Amino acid sequence: MSTDRVRVVVTGLGATTPLGGDVASTWSALLDGRSGVRPLTEDWVDSVPVKFAGRVAVEPGEVLPRPEARRLDRAEQFALIAARQAWQDAGTPEVEPTRLGVVVGSGIGGITTILDAYDTFKEKGWTRLSPFTVPMLMPNGSAGWIGIDIGAKGGVHATVSACATGAEAIGYAIDMIRSGRVDVVVAGGAEAAIHPLNIGSFAAMRAMSTRNDEPQRASRPFDKGRDGFVLGEGAGIVVLESEAHARARGAKIYAVAAGVGYSSDAHHIAQPEPSGAGVQLAMRRVLADAGLTGSDIRHVNAHATSTPAGDVVETIAIKEAIGSHPIVTATKSMTGHLLGGAGGIESIFTILALSERIVPATINVDDLDDGIEVDIARTEARKLPDGQIAAVNNSFGFGGHNVAVAFTTV
Amino acid sequence: MAATEQEILAGLGKIINEITGIPAADVTPEKNFVDDLDIDSLSMVEIAVAAQDEFGAEIPDDQLKHLKTVKDVINFIQA
Repeated sequence: MSTDRVRVVVTGLGATTPLGGDVASTWSALLDGRSGVRPLTEDWVDSVPVKFAGRVAVEPGEVLPRPEARRLDRAEQFALIAARQAWQDAGTPEVEPTRLGVVVGSGIGGITTILDAYDTFKEKGWTRLSPFTVPMLMPNGSAGWIGIDIGAKGGVHATVSACATGAEAIGYAIDMIRSGRVDVVVAGGAEAAIHPLNIGSFAAMRAMSTRNDEPQRASRPFDKGRDGFVLGEGAGIVVLESEAHARARGAKIYAVAAGVGYSSDAHHIAQPEPSGAGVQLAMRRVLADAGLTGSDIRHVNAHATSTPAGDVVETIAIKEAIGSHPIVTATKSMTGHLLGGAGGIESIFTILALSERIVPATINVDDLDDGIEVDIARTEARKLPDGQIAAVNNSFGFGGHNVAVAFTTV
Repeated sequence: MAATEQEILAGLGKIINEITGIPAADVTPEKNFVDDLDIDSLSMVEIAVAAQDEFGAEIPDDQLKHLKTVKDVINFIQA
């Protein structure tokens, strides 16, 4: 590992997920192997072929004051809640404003705002549109609001790369700190896309599970019987900081954000490249960027969405790029797929796996699919070894985006 | 019958509380929206539309910018 480069550490975690309104409750549910997927009860459910999703466990209206909530898109509400938790968890650090940044994205942006606002427009005309409609629908809205909330003047950015968004945000944040532009960045992803149009559109791609009789068994990455992903919602946001800045203020350090690897498939707009070459490249690049070898990586939080196409190819790529030794898990089996929020929460799970040295098991793997030659954590949570170890979070997105983020123990 | 000043003030207090979270009791006639209540121009648009629904008095954009205080809005609605 090069010694002249700024080391980036993780000092705060925040999340709101289908498993809990914060990181602690979410993590505890993961270790217990609980599912956050529930039947949908909305009146539109008859119009779509998928009748279940992973709604957040705690409605944002229970957390945010109403005047604030009404000017935020639901994804922005999740993002702000998670960011405030992360910031508090980091000890609400005093940071010179021009040395503080934000990178928070969303895969889809304020889609429920767009659709609701269009209904209002058609029924009542433009004068009835909220003057906050534009800042609610823009995909950089979450980043902007968080920037205002914490007073970040060093640069506020939003990544947009579908289901790789949250991981790309964390990768971009690592690079921002390494470049010397800022000392601290609040980074992650949020998504609020549980709407009949989205469900109908994903169903039109035949991408979603339709296991309507067993919603909690529907998200089953690596299992032979998997039939598509399960839509979730929420946000996962971390505080990243230069090690020098964190040490100087005596911050609690969860892990080192050791590096990021990017690649792109240039193959198909929505289907994974069948050889997994792009995914492998992202993992090889994260090893190089972090100065790690495959043998250092003891755990991988896989992207594994429970679609027939992607899961096995990813495990082959892990074996090729890293090896067959890491304990691999797919937490989407419990949270569902948070799209742009996935890389945020799954980076948090990767960080906690390292700091607590335990990997949550993938649930619903009754019949491991053929061709999987890596060590999948299933049936029970698995211990990680003592000593200096590393882990990787994979996130891939429609558009052919591949992102791998590496973390190491402190 | 037209609303009284007290009725309009109470209605405005409720609207402003709903939109901005400012306690209704703080919405008194002499308060300036920007200087005293820290209400931004986007929220003022929301308040004007809500006031229109409540009191039936349309506040055109070119008038809205001249309504600096709570009393100004009350007078406009009563006019």
